[in-house]
Amino acid sequence: MNTLWMFLKAFVVGGLICDIGQLLIMRTKLTNARILVLFVVSGVVLTAVGVYKPLADFAGAGATVPLTGFGYSLAMGAIEAVNRYGLIGAFVGGITRTAAGITAAVVFGLINALVFKPHAKP
Amino acid sequence: MSRQPLTPDEYHELVSKLTPPSRMLRGYWRAFWVGGLICCIGQALTLWAQQLNLGEVTAPMFTTSCLIFLGTTLTGIGVYDRIGKYAGAGSAIPVTGFANSVAAPAIEFQREGAVMGVGARLFTLAGPVLAYGIGASVIVGVVYWLVRGWVL
Repeated sequence: MNTLWMFLKAFVVGGLICDIGQLLIMRTKLTNARILVLFVVSGVVLTAVGVYKPLADFAGAGATVPLTGFGYSLAMGAIEAVNRYGLIGAFVGGITRTAAGITAAVVFGLINALVFKPHAKP
Repeated sequence: MSRQPLTPDEYHELVSKLTPPSRMLRGYWRAFWVGGLICCIGQALTLWAQQLNLGEVTAPMFTTSCLIFLGTTLTGIGVYDRIGKYAGAGSAIPVTGFANSVAAPAIEFQREGAVMGVGARLFTLAGPVLAYGIGASVIVGVVYWLVRGWVL
């Protein structure tokens, strides 16, 4: 039951965050790239003002899997590193916390480009 | 009868006026359930990571890496673009969409070579996202440092 509730929270919150993106796609003329940038920066800002951490505690992967969650990791990393190292931590924490994701994207993206041939657009 | 050509704004207004509400609703529903489902896959991976006894910091890293592997692989075999056509933001906003935005241009520009083709195009979309994301996180860190020093 507890597990089911956890998945339900992740599903609903994650779905709603994606619907905000869908709203931006359908109602505005923002390009995909701008929407992605907007989501990451929003995640950083919402974390900084203390809104996103409660959401992430509540919804789990529903808040951390959308790109706002990437911003959440960046901001949390920066804040924690400042606590540990002082000012230079601001330049350390963001990337440290997101290192696995960034490296995975670059390496798996690279392997994919070497293995697969281009597809016709559907 | 000659018609004035529409400006982009007028065209946009016309399109949104003529789009039936049911189609708008369908778009939201598709983005909702696909996005929600991807987050549930992430939740399942998080549970798995906890069973593997990964810590509170490493478990999200494991989850993100697995999802990114999923995203790039589905992009490579040509499935993710189909999902994207169906789900819109539902597949673009989760981190798998970020993986897709890294892998897709790299695959597409293979013929431009391994360095300026694949190597550079990996960052077509990831570049702006990382630049502004990291920039914002540095600002947050510096402001936090200032506020902390000032309050304490």
